[in-house]
Amino acid sequence: MGFYFAQLLTGLANASSLFLIASGLSIIFGVTRIVNFAHGSLYMVGAYLAYTLVSAMDLGAFGFWLGVLVAAAIVGLIGLLIEMTILRRIYHAPELFQLVATFGVLLIFQDATLAIWGAQDLLGPRAPGLDGALRIMGEPIPEYDLALIAIGPLVLLGIWLLFRKTRWGVLVRAATQDREMVAALGVNQAWLFSATFVLGAFLAGLGGALQIPRETVSLQMDLSVIGEAFVIVVIGGMGSVTGAYVAAVLISVLNAFAILIFPQVSIVLPFIVMAIVLTLRPHGLFGAAGSEHGAPTEPEQPLRLMGEKGMMILFAAMAVFALSPVIVGDFTTVLLVDVMVATLFAVSLHFMMGIGGMVSFGHAAYFGIGAYAAAMMVKQLGIGMLPTIFLAPAVAGAGALFFGWFCVRLSGVYLAMLTLAAAQILWGITFQWQQFTGGDDGIVGVWPAGWASSDKVYFYLAFVCCIGGIWFLRRAAHSPFGYTLRGIRDSRTRAEAIGVDSRFHQWMGFTLAGAVAGLAGTIFAFSKGSVFPDSLGIAQSIDGLIMVLLGGIHALAGPILGAGVFVMIEDWVTRLAYWRVIFGIIILVVVLLAPDGIAGGINRLFARIRAVRKGGTA
Amino acid sequence: MAVLSLKLRMRPPVLEVANLNARYGRAQILHDVSILLGRNEVVALLGRNGAGKTTTMKSIMGMLRQVDGRISYENQDILGKPSYMICRAGIGYVPEERRIFRDLTVEENLEVGRRAKRENAPEWTLERLFDLFPNLRERRSNLGKHLSGGEQQMLTIARTLMGNPAVVLLDEPSEGIAPVIVEQMGFVIAELKRQGLSVLISEQNLHFARLVSDRAYIIEKGQVRYDGSFDDLDQHPEISRKYLAV
Ligand SMILES: Nc1ncnc2c1ncn2[C@@H]1O[C@H](COP(=O)(O)OP(=O)(O)O)[C@@H](O)[C@H]1O
Ligand SMILES: [Mg+2]
Repeated sequence: MGFYFAQLLTGLANASSLFLIASGLSIIFGVTRIVNFAHGSLYMVGAYLAYTLVSAMDLGAFGFWLGVLVAAAIVGLIGLLIEMTILRRIYHAPELFQLVATFGVLLIFQDATLAIWGAQDLLGPRAPGLDGALRIMGEPIPEYDLALIAIGPLVLLGIWLLFRKTRWGVLVRAATQDREMVAALGVNQAWLFSATFVLGAFLAGLGGALQIPRETVSLQMDLSVIGEAFVIVVIGGMGSVTGAYVAAVLISVLNAFAILIFPQVSIVLPFIVMAIVLTLRPHGLFGAAGSEHGAPTEPEQPLRLMGEKGMMILFAAMAVFALSPVIVGDFTTVLLVDVMVATLFAVSLHFMMGIGGMVSFGHAAYFGIGAYAAAMMVKQLGIGMLPTIFLAPAVAGAGALFFGWFCVRLSGVYLAMLTLAAAQILWGITFQWQQFTGGDDGIVGVWPAGWASSDKVYFYLAFVCCIGGIWFLRRAAHSPFGYTLRGIRDSRTRAEAIGVDSRFHQWMGFTLAGAVAGLAGTIFAFSKGSVFPDSLGIAQSIDGLIMVLLGGIHALAGPILGAGVFVMIEDWVTRLAYWRVIFGIIILVVVLLAPDGIAGGINRLFARIRAVRKGGTA
Repeated sequence: MAVLSLKLRMRPPVLEVANLNARYGRAQILHDVSILLGRNEVVALLGRNGAGKTTTMKSIMGMLRQVDGRISYENQDILGKPSYMICRAGIGYVPEERRIFRDLTVEENLEVGRRAKRENAPEWTLERLFDLFPNLRERRSNLGKHLSGGEQQMLTIARTLMGNPAVVLLDEPSEGIAPVIVEQMGFVIAELKRQGLSVLISEQNLHFARLVSDRAYIIEKGQVRYDGSFDDLDQHPEISRKYLAV
């Protein structure tokens, strides 16, 4: 009995930590509608700052709590800086831009933290006065855990009072429901948003700072916490602080008991709970459907069929591409295969987002299924390479069929979150299920069949597969099915009014995109000779988003251009010491200066040149 | 028309919209819309569903981005200004479809709209508003979503009045509410005029508009088709037959 009670208390202590970071994330999302990937970075920086401040001050209990609060306050100020320099410019941009921009911020933070505190994990000081353990029902309970259990509800109460009893709080809640209307009633949103972001950042910093006696401070803290924090926010209902607390308690306590039965369940459990909750309550436990008012009114540029000239250029580029292993060295050939894999992956994601209107934050799931399916077929089932190239994408398609069934029940950012959850579940499974997937060690020795083992032959094989995949999706995009999908994207109600089953169409679109991503994963597995859980990770999904964004979401050729540029930049930049900073800055520059991507930028450049010429001759 | 502009020249308009064009994406919705609102005048903007009434009001309020032309308030250009500044300058907007904050109480809804007193406009306090809308006093602690349709409509108006505006843009105040409430609405608009406010109301309902306003514009497909008094409009029933759902 005592043991279970102790387990419950551990769960509640974890819940408090999770709540602090999730509440900030939820408040920020509620008001600004920004899905802030950099929130984990604020948490991490809070921990590092608290470590330095508390160690430096050495003032006993007073010093500890002062250090924690000062660290949180500094993180709040950093939040203000981010809001004023970056986020303020992208409040009206589509979710994709916001997500990628905050991911750029995350990259910059990773390197900044590395530069300041070094790569070594830091062991934080214990909280003076709370460093012992109490015996409750015979079990030792860390005193600090008990403090945390109290802090969570106290912070909840503080936020509640702030939101109920102050004018500022009333305005924030109003803005969560309909920010356009709040502006029309005379409220300067810039100020409201900044203050909200500062509060959210402060809470994240506080969460990180309070963690130092419990876990080592490391550079992995940002990404390790963000997935779970998202889940809490989504389960609780985006924008609901009470919901965040309830969800944090639910997940943490469930987890505390579930690990007694399945020790490996921690990684997957939150995402499974989220999938169940979202399927039953599409806006989370305490969430409400946000008002449609004030949604971004960015006019969609319709996709255009490429003209004759565009086609010619594309074919010329392909020909050069196809000839290239003859002229260039093996090393470049390998790089070109990477470009093709990335292109196919980006094209499939673009199909899902640009044509299907479904933003996915977890498209790597299907890339990864393809890669793992290929590896397992070849290594464990002894199937040949050629059949595998057809079968593995089919498995990925089946995976997309399964997860897509849940995802298409939602829309917008909730759909995106569910795709992320699906990817994280799969990632957790591959990571934990060692006997089949090799866990962290992955599956190695996945080489192409003998006849295709030279880099050149494999290059051509990959080329045929990629062109085939791209051609297939292009055909789908310009078939009646594709036009229906676009109709649904532009106006779901209108499509349904004329009798289109929009869910079914989106489900099929999701599946197609997943299968093609799986093909990319298959080619990838054979080209690298191995697969690792990274291939389903958040970073891989974001890479896809960056490629689509680089290319410009509205241009059909966009993902091709975007993937090419992305792989080239990555190849160049990752050789540098602080490549994350550089990459993060590149991302931010693209998002802030060329929101229609490279293709859009080039188009605009041409348009301007044409205009200038016309002006000159007239 | 000539007579009217002469009259307005003598009494400068508080709000002037000239050659307003507005677009959503590539679709142009408003074409050269020009509207004058005199001081302490109640003017109706009539038109069928989809004619462009809401778009006109949102353009004035700075809520749309693709707008050109000229909009001036008290002889100051306001086109291109963010909507919070337009509100602070003294223009209050009451949206259609009762966009109240559903998860806020009546009092909190009113709090969002509260702004400092203005010199050229009457000051509204909670008590004064509750006198004007007695139902809201009883329901002051209820959540917005638990109000009836009529009460929600009252709340949107009261919320805007909390900003002490000099001009009120009322978007379809009689839409979708019970006849008794429509009657009350007429009384409220008369009261606003008595208090010295200038009001632009958009309406599909000619009869209601005639009861509460001094004169009318008719808009159709984003163009102004009629500008004049209700008496003149009665002389030419074919106009209202053509442009309104009578
Ligand atoms: N957000 C929008 N995007 C595209 N078109 C719109 C949008 N809002 C309104 N419209 C179009 O603008 C026209 C005028 O609409 P609106 O001003 O709302 O008319 P009214 O208020 O007179 O009923 C309609 O044809 C409508 O379809
Ligand atoms: Mg309207």
